[in-house]
Amino acid sequence: MTTFLSFLLNGLSLGSLYALIALGFVIIYKASEILNFAHGAFLLLGAYVIARVEPSVGFAAAVAIGIAVTALVALASEKILFSRIRSAHVASLTIMTLGLDVLITTDLTRRIGSSVMSLGQPWGADVVRLGDVSISENRLTAIGVAFVLIGLLFAAFRFTSWGVALRAAAEDPEAAALMGIRQARVGAVAWLIAGGLAAVAAVFLTGSPTPGLEPNLRTIAFAAFPAAILGGLDSTTGALAGGLIVGVAESLFAGYSSSLTFLGGGFSIVVPYVVMMLVLVVRPAGLFGTKELHRV
Amino acid sequence: MSDTTTQSSPAAGPGTGAPGAAAGTRRALQLRRPATGSLLLILFVAVLAVLPFYLEEFWLRTGFAVFGAAIGAIGLNILVGTTGQLSLGHAFFLAVGGISYCWLSGESNDSGSHPYVGLGLPPLVGMVLAVGISGLAGLLFSPIGARLKGLYLGIASLGLVFVGIHVFNSASEVSGGHNGRTVPDFSLFGFTFDDTDPDLYVLNVEFEKFERLWYLGLVLAVGCYLFARAALNGRPGRALRAVRDSEIAASVNGVNVTAYRARAFLLSSMYAGLSGVLFALAIGSVAPESFAIEISVQYLAMIVLGGLGSVGGACAGAAFVTALPYVLRQYAESIPGLSEPGTGGVSYSEAARYAYGAAVILVIVFWPSGLAGIARGLKAIGSRRASRQAPT
Repeated sequence: MTTFLSFLLNGLSLGSLYALIALGFVIIYKASEILNFAHGAFLLLGAYVIARVEPSVGFAAAVAIGIAVTALVALASEKILFSRIRSAHVASLTIMTLGLDVLITTDLTRRIGSSVMSLGQPWGADVVRLGDVSISENRLTAIGVAFVLIGLLFAAFRFTSWGVALRAAAEDPEAAALMGIRQARVGAVAWLIAGGLAAVAAVFLTGSPTPGLEPNLRTIAFAAFPAAILGGLDSTTGALAGGLIVGVAESLFAGYSSSLTFLGGGFSIVVPYVVMMLVLVVRPAGLFGTKELHRV
Repeated sequence: MSDTTTQSSPAAGPGTGAPGAAAGTRRALQLRRPATGSLLLILFVAVLAVLPFYLEEFWLRTGFAVFGAAIGAIGLNILVGTTGQLSLGHAFFLAVGGISYCWLSGESNDSGSHPYVGLGLPPLVGMVLAVGISGLAGLLFSPIGARLKGLYLGIASLGLVFVGIHVFNSASEVSGGHNGRTVPDFSLFGFTFDDTDPDLYVLNVEFEKFERLWYLGLVLAVGCYLFARAALNGRPGRALRAVRDSEIAASVNGVNVTAYRARAFLLSSMYAGLSGVLFALAIGSVAPESFAIEISVQYLAMIVLGGLGSVGGACAGAAFVTALPYVLRQYAESIPGLSEPGTGGVSYSEAARYAYGAAVILVIVFWPSGLAGIARGLKAIGSRRASRQAPT
């Protein structure tokens, strides 16, 4: 039972990080109808910047710089690249994000090389014991930070004028534009926030029990894509639920892998995708996604 | 009839048709235009067919990889460009084709710590069955593939790549596991596509492995090209484009949307399977990790660079994306700024990735219809000029 609780808690922590990434992914989609495959690259960028500046400015300042740089890069890519070609085919836009992803990832992978960089998290590899359940301090902090941020974000959707504008623009872009909502601004803020969230997730994804920043961080972050899809691409609630489901499932399969050898070694890595496919067979628009209806 | 001035541009490539030759009457123009296109294609293929007599092995090796990639790109373009279904799962179907071929036609290896089995079938049978198995994999995925649309399919098919690598790694008897397995040489009714057996001289040029493979690749690529063009210019192509442009309008006009999506998926995965077999033959040894998500991204880059929905464009894009790393590697010493892999500088493979990543972004921003669109633009200029010259 304690092992189960421990796996569950670790899964919730991982899941809340996936939810942070998936939320960024979803708000970009809601604001500009782009599936941003460069999100993994943003994450890598955030982690890299923090790891590079941390020795000279200290952890807190490094995180602030990392978040700012990632958010600005996301904003710049929206302003310079994506806002120009709104009318392009959705496949072209998506493939363009892949092009951006290739550029950023190639460069960062080359810079990181085969080394494992440390982000210098002050909590290090400490482990917290809650009764019989143990969890790394990094993972526990992640839950706290993620839920505060997600709470703030959900409040922002509901109560700020930007949040209302975002929901209106996602619901009906034309009507929103006629009501005087500036979609360029809504989109810009969405990319800014998404970039920042990715950098925050990077801080915790590279902490204990992970040894540090390696190029494969991008692949780990990829699991947030199925999380967003299985929750429903246009639903923020879905991103949260999807993230938690994927995180918990992955953690449980990794924890019990010794009794699940018939599934093959390393099955936990593909669990997010398997869960996603199973959900999509039953609900093609995800758990909370809007089902597209046509009036003929 | 006035004098005809045929103006063809080198960028037009095969099948885009030469800029309409100036013809006296509209009727003559209509009759002539397809003929010019086919002639240009035949000419292009003929040039490709004599190249092995002049090129060195490096270029033949590159060319064979390009032929293989072109087949895969044509297949992906049918799905993404024509049907409007975004797929990131192409690498998976390449893997199914490549690994099935090795399993069907390869020999068993019991020695060493990583045994694997091979059925030892004739390579031609292996190739045909491998394509069939890829198609079957596409059909099995179609309950998801045909129901999902656009972006949802994009990520679902991303999952296919990850799950596929895991499944193949677990089935190490078939795939050779993480260490992979060697690819059996191709042969056709006793004629081996290898350096010897039989030794072959044509016009005093020794035909070694890559001269032979060049022709294999050429024949298959041209066949796939013609089939795709015939299918896309006919009724199926119209139906698929209708599905892409408006699902409702298509179904009102009697197009079974789900069925056509499933067929596009089937065809695309069979093309990918054949491409995977050639990919395996080109690199000589495959492991499940050879077919990672980067391969899918490369194929998407090919069809975007070539122009979504254009068969000829897919081939041109395939040539660019596939040949680039080979060429950069070959001439790495004479290109300033490139350094050996692992020294921290920019290596040839990284340079190639920078180049196609940037190319994808620039093409989508500035020439959204890709190389095919540029060719069409030149053709339009050509025919405008021609019609000005033609008497009316």
